[in-house]
Amino acid sequence: MSQTISPTATLEEAPASADAGTTRRMTLSMGPQHPSTHGVLRIMLELDGETVTQARPEIGFLHTGIEKQCEDKNWQQVIPLTDRVDYLANLSNNLCYCLAVEKLLGIEVPPRAVWTRVLLTELTRINSHLVWLGTHALDLGAMSMFFYCTKDREEVLKIFEMFSGQRLMTSYFRIGGLALDHPRGGLEAVKKFIEIFPSKIDDYETLLDNNPIWKNRTVGVGIVPVDTLLAWGVTGPMIRAAGIPWDARKDEPYSGYQNFEFDVPTRTENDVYARYRVRMEEMRQSVRIMSQALEGMPDGAYIADAPKAVLPQREKMKTQMEALIYHFKIVTEGIRVPAGEVYQVIESPRGELGYYIVSDGTSKPWRLHMRTPSFGNIQALPLFCEGGLIADTIASMGSMDFVLGDTDR
Amino acid sequence: MSLISEQLQEDALVLGLTEKFPGALESASMQLEQTVFYIDPAQIVPVSEYLRDEHRFNRVSSVTAVDWYPQEPRFEVVYLLHSIPNNSRLRLKCRLTGTDAKILSVTGVWPGANWYEREVFDLFGITFEGHPDLRRIMMPDDWQGHPLRKDFPVHGHKYDYGQGN
Repeated sequence: MSQTISPTATLEEAPASADAGTTRRMTLSMGPQHPSTHGVLRIMLELDGETVTQARPEIGFLHTGIEKQCEDKNWQQVIPLTDRVDYLANLSNNLCYCLAVEKLLGIEVPPRAVWTRVLLTELTRINSHLVWLGTHALDLGAMSMFFYCTKDREEVLKIFEMFSGQRLMTSYFRIGGLALDHPRGGLEAVKKFIEIFPSKIDDYETLLDNNPIWKNRTVGVGIVPVDTLLAWGVTGPMIRAAGIPWDARKDEPYSGYQNFEFDVPTRTENDVYARYRVRMEEMRQSVRIMSQALEGMPDGAYIADAPKAVLPQREKMKTQMEALIYHFKIVTEGIRVPAGEVYQVIESPRGELGYYIVSDGTSKPWRLHMRTPSFGNIQALPLFCEGGLIADTIASMGSMDFVLGDTDR
Repeated sequence: MSLISEQLQEDALVLGLTEKFPGALESASMQLEQTVFYIDPAQIVPVSEYLRDEHRFNRVSSVTAVDWYPQEPRFEVVYLLHSIPNNSRLRLKCRLTGTDAKILSVTGVWPGANWYEREVFDLFGITFEGHPDLRRIMMPDDWQGHPLRKDFPVHGHKYDYGQGN
């Protein structure tokens, strides 16, 4: 509670007419433990009745110094740290880091690894969007959505577990390719999933698309002019729902996305409902990309043949002297990355994810900066809330789809 | 005259900048097919405005810094610019000394630089003059020191648990 309303001031003390016509503002601390902030975000709301007059987001509660830790790790040891940035888009973070380091090293990744990366990163997008849909709908009162989404997400997590041995912290990509080849039955499980999943999207849409309560809460809510969104650094489905078709997969293709056919869904209404529609379409497009990746999955090596950057195969180590030496060098010293710097951008489920890496030629990164989509989006939060109702704040926040670990790093 | 790499001699950005702001462009190079400009820190705001208005760099993807301790000038402030209409990216860098680590804020050019500059201020101790709300963003308000500086330890800070006070 704020100081503006003193708890000791009673109604008798203040004459009834003194309040009439004057505005009494109340400050409300929303979070850091509020369920709809999905993590530890604090928003200081200044309220005039039900209307939000000022919103000040405060972050940093989850700051773990990942960028500092990365400077103290070998290049390969950084990969598990990138998982922990965004618990819903681990593989996107793995991918962005690996692509950046591969650019610095100048190694080419074999096609099987490229295709698998695309397959699993799109599965990550579905995973992230399912959690977003479930929690967003839960916040707005559609509780059953959460159960449906969690149930279907379980299948995605099982696939991740098959491939990497982990449900959340996958660390499946390596500099130069993948950690392991596909597990037995892995691709069949993905195939089965994408055969069933489109009908599940239809089910979700049946529940929400024309649901009057859902539409009342979302249509026309959280509109901010598109130029303001861009100037404030908002990215991802947020700007695509405002009519900007920018998607790093199309505009700055990475990891072989230019070989896949897919559309970038956009809307022009720029409200919470439009963002919901964009993400639903994105899940369909992800399925489309995944089925192409499955069909064209090449055979061959799953990791590059780059002796100075990639651990040699076990078989080679037992028979070749050089392989044994490289193995020893990589394990004891880590790989050396040529001095230089790179900024690699990919399209994470939340928007533009960028890794800016500076190498000084040693076996540890000199500086690793993560440009995370949630950080860029969340700083625009006041624009969405101010002037609206408290209830609309919840709807706007849900439509931004932020992860606080991704924000605070 | 400034140091401009060969493939950028005819570049429209380089020509425009050298004509409009003589001396502002310290050097220009391509690194792994990405354009990098070193800019005189005193002119960062007019250069940013020019790039936004004339070359349609309508958003700043991120602002960050690199600490080259113990070299001097130790800090580099890095602006990662992005133009959606032209689908191009540009990296601006400004060198700052450790004794005078301050630069003008670009929040007036791109409001989205706001939190990124606060983050650099918090973690590197670089002051952005003219920033509307320059407070710590990640660390607690009463924190001592700036964690991403190279002379700040990774382990064994005084708040270390187990050490006691």
